[in-house]
Amino acid sequence: MAEDLMTGKDAKVTDSSPQTPVVAFENVSISFDLKKVLDDISFSVAQGETRIILGPAGGGKSVLMKLTNGLLRPDSGTIRVFGQEVSSMPEQELFKLRGKIGMVFQESALFDSLSVEDNVAYRLHEEHVPEKEAHERVIEALKFVELEQAVTKFPSELSGGMRRRVSIARAIISRPDLILYDSPTGGLDPITSTTIIELVMKQRDVNHTTSLMITHRLQDAFTLAMNRFNPETGKMQPIPDGGVDEGTKFLVLNEGKIVFDGTTHELVHSEDPWLREYLS
Amino acid sequence: MPFVSPEDFAKQKVTAVQEYSILSWQAVAALFSRPRYWADIYTQMDSIGVGSMPIIVLTGFFTGCVLALQSATSLKAFGAISMTGNLVALSMVKELGPVLTGLMVSGRNAAGMASEIGSMKVTEQIDAMRALGTDPVRKLVTPRLYATIFMLFFLTIVADAVGIAGGALVSVTLLGLNASSYFHASYRALEYADVVQGLTKPIFSAFIIATVGCYFGMNTKGGTQGVGRSTTQAVVISSVFIIVVDFLVSRAMIGIFGR
Repeated sequence: MAEDLMTGKDAKVTDSSPQTPVVAFENVSISFDLKKVLDDISFSVAQGETRIILGPAGGGKSVLMKLTNGLLRPDSGTIRVFGQEVSSMPEQELFKLRGKIGMVFQESALFDSLSVEDNVAYRLHEEHVPEKEAHERVIEALKFVELEQAVTKFPSELSGGMRRRVSIARAIISRPDLILYDSPTGGLDPITSTTIIELVMKQRDVNHTTSLMITHRLQDAFTLAMNRFNPETGKMQPIPDGGVDEGTKFLVLNEGKIVFDGTTHELVHSEDPWLREYLS
Repeated sequence: MPFVSPEDFAKQKVTAVQEYSILSWQAVAALFSRPRYWADIYTQMDSIGVGSMPIIVLTGFFTGCVLALQSATSLKAFGAISMTGNLVALSMVKELGPVLTGLMVSGRNAAGMASEIGSMKVTEQIDAMRALGTDPVRKLVTPRLYATIFMLFFLTIVADAVGIAGGALVSVTLLGLNASSYFHASYRALEYADVVQGLTKPIFSAFIIATVGCYFGMNTKGGTQGVGRSTTQAVVISSVFIIVVDFLVSRAMIGIFGR
């Protein structure tokens, strides 16, 4: 798929929405046990943008995601989410801010002692939403991920792909303005991965939610960049004329540093030897 | 395994004490502000209190039995076998009831807390909870802390009661003592200060069990092996702390009440 893009130099570019950054990193560094995991990272994500984060394992991608949500604090630099500085924000205020952020964890991180319904409705229960309304919203969220039949099951009864879909339903139930996907297709078979990517795409194209997505699979990244969700057919379809979604951009990390920050076309036409090898 | 310098070792220990103190304070303070998770407190009370009843009853009962049996030998030498009830009641209420209950609950619940919270930590459920806007200390640690304090107090009373009953059974059936005189001696032996001492200790023990168990759970690292390590550390450290604090509380109570 990357090859298709590399050859399509005059590909059509659709949609553009450069606005105020939803996420902005400025000179962010963090170390664990004297090892620098992120080194002087700066980038921003605009409203409505889908930012795909690529890079080899151990490059600091998951740490970057946790920094965005305030689950970790940087050693230096500033992180702004919705214009608020999360790097120095007290935990109690972070809890409120996180109401606007949905997060899908690498291994789903579902509460294994709760049913699918209680997992998905967790945030609604915390906000004391009436039981009837909470149930309706859970069904709506589960319908979005095509898993409404699993409402009474427990996480241990679900497959890896189903757990990931429940995790997406839990992230979107509060209609967040920003979604963080930490390797949503990691460890899944290609068919299930495509289903998950289709859901990410659906969220991007139907609800226009800003998102950050880590992936190890280049195929998934380019599927997301080159396809659009068609609400009429309920399926994804390629953007005509080999076009790409301009709202989908890339960030490539290697050994804690940003190797690339830009659009799909800039990525595939990059002359950087490491990047070319990585993409091949 | 890399060599750790004495300076780093000392820093690690001081940091651990600091983190433990902060966690304990946050857990205590969380009950005095919203949101409060009452349902979780009641669930933990059931799990910790009702769930521990069988082991507490059995431990307390047989401790009372063996105490009567062993003390009778020494008391017989002084012709004071009728004082068995006196000795069993004092030992159970002041010392063995609170300490054994603390140690048994520590073995059962500090381990349970460390493994349950530790498993949640290594599977990112704690991070997920924070990402969903819930304070894990408030949701997980505070209910366990207050449930343990409340229930250990009553579990100790149960242990004291069944211990004295066990002593009575042995005294009547094996030592040939009169049941009425046994209970009379037990009742007369206990003073206000003894009961206060015996019921102050479980409050400290419960605090140690819950905070140590939750601290090791919340700081679990390294997958399933890490969960096992946390569980072991939680039981060992809480048990040692219970005995150390038992001594300190005993000394303080003797200082206050004179017995």
